[in-house]
This record gives sequence, structure tokens and C-alpha cells, in this order.
Amino acid sequence: MFWTRFNPFSNRVWNDLQQLQGEMFRWFDRPHWGVAAFPAVNVWEDGDTLHVEAELPGLQLDNLEIFVTGNNQLTIKGERKQQTPEKAFEHRLERHYGSFVRTLTLPFPVDDRNVDARLENGVLRIELPKHEAARPRRIPVKA
Amino acid sequence: MAENSLAVAQRTDTTNVETTRNGKYFTPRVDIFETDTELLLLADLPGVAPGDIDLRYENGELVVQGKVQPHERKGHLILGEYEEGDFYRVFQIHESIDSARIEAECKNGVLTVHLPKAEAAKPKQVTVKAK
Repeated sequence: MFWTRFNPFSNRVWNDLQQLQGEMFRWFDRPHWGVAAFPAVNVWEDGDTLHVEAELPGLQLDNLEIFVTGNNQLTIKGERKQQTPEKAFEHRLERHYGSFVRTLTLPFPVDDRNVDARLENGVLRIELPKHEAARPRRIPVKA
Repeated sequence: MAENSLAVAQRTDTTNVETTRNGKYFTPRVDIFETDTELLLLADLPGVAPGDIDLRYENGELVVQGKVQPHERKGHLILGEYEEGDFYRVFQIHESIDSARIEAECKNGVLTVHLPKAEAAKPKQVTVKAK
């Protein structure tokens, strides 16, 4: 009640602070907080192309499967095998091993026949062009 | 209990980010194995080309440094789950290492370093004679 009658911050600063608080709560409410999905991805949208990047050190192309289903579901699947020498004492084991699968829903349908994927120095880069049907079409306006 | 909390402290250390004048440095994740003849170090350095790795061994310290070449990106980011940056980590090595025979290779973003033990540090079998 006090707030509604007297609010010294009823201005932009207050709104900004509330927005910041909201952002912070959202950050802690993320479903993957603590148990991050693997691999972590970065996605860029550049006009009619989507760029997806993921860090997958130690993977070779034949340990990796990438497929697009239903035009807008991108799946990255793979396995990293352990390279432990025989009869060795393990001082540190920080790297992750095993199989993983991750599916991303893309913001628009993509042309699954023209997807380009490269794996270079342990970084996967996928380029997905927008599907013809999803591209904006310019409609000429007649005078 | 104490051991548990120690393990957690080490884990958070591996994702350490340090900001320096030259940008961000990440601590790479590593596996270290020891066999009778060598120490084997595997480090994840995604995005680092073999030519951009600076590996040094001096005074019992192994310094691993990797530079990520900036990659031009157009458009706008719609999902950002990780940051890119150079890698840096220092290891203290107590075993005596034959530094002249250290070998390293980098393949698919994984650096492999073989640190052969010096002859004096290798275990020797002592035969016990029966009298």
C-alpha cells in the first residue's frame, strides 16, 4: 500500500531496475541451469542464412551426425571416445566423453538440401539457408 | 566431505575466465595420465589452429597458450550459449622430465603433449636374490 501512495522511483530508473531484476530471475529459472545442454551452441541469423556454431574438440566428421527434420529441427548427434592409455594413473580427468544428442528448433524453415557443415579445429560450423517458401517476397504495388 | 568440496572447487576452476588487456582467457579442460615412461596431457582447445599454440616448458612448469583466430560473423546473435576466447593454463610438473624429448601435436582442437620421464625418474625393478 505504501508503494502505491508514495513511490520515489516512479520513473525510468525504476523501470530499468525492475527489468534488470526480471532478467536476473529469468537467468536463474533457465531450465538448463547447472546441467547445461551439450554441446553449447551459438546461433546467428544473417538475412536468409542461419549460422550455428558448437565447440566439439576431439570429434571427427565420422563420429558426428547432423540432420534436419521437419524443415526446422536441427539435430547434432555424436560420440567422443575416451583416449586413456593402458595402465595409466589418472591425475586429472576434466574432459567429457560419451555420446550426446541435441535438437534445436530453428526460427524458420530451412532448405535441408543446401545445408553446409564444417568441422575445423574442433569447432563445428553449420550454415542453413532459409527455405524458399519462407523467404519474404516483394509484392509490387501498382499505381 | 572435505574431499568432495575440494573436487568441486577444482571443477569451477576449470571454467575460469580471466580478463586481460588482450581479451578473455579461458582455462582449458585437461586430462593428465601418467604411465611408467611418460606423462600424457590432453587439452581441449576448440578453435585453435595448431600453428597458434604456444607451448613452453621451463623450470618444471608447462605453459599452454592457445589463440583463437577471430572469425567474422554477420547478422545478429539469436542464441548465445558460450563465449570464445584464448586459452591459457600453467602446470607444475614435479616428475623429472626429459625436456629435450617433449613432443606435442594438435588435432581437431585437442592438444596432446607427451612428456617423457627422465631415465632417473623411471621405476626400476630390483631383483631380490634368494640366499
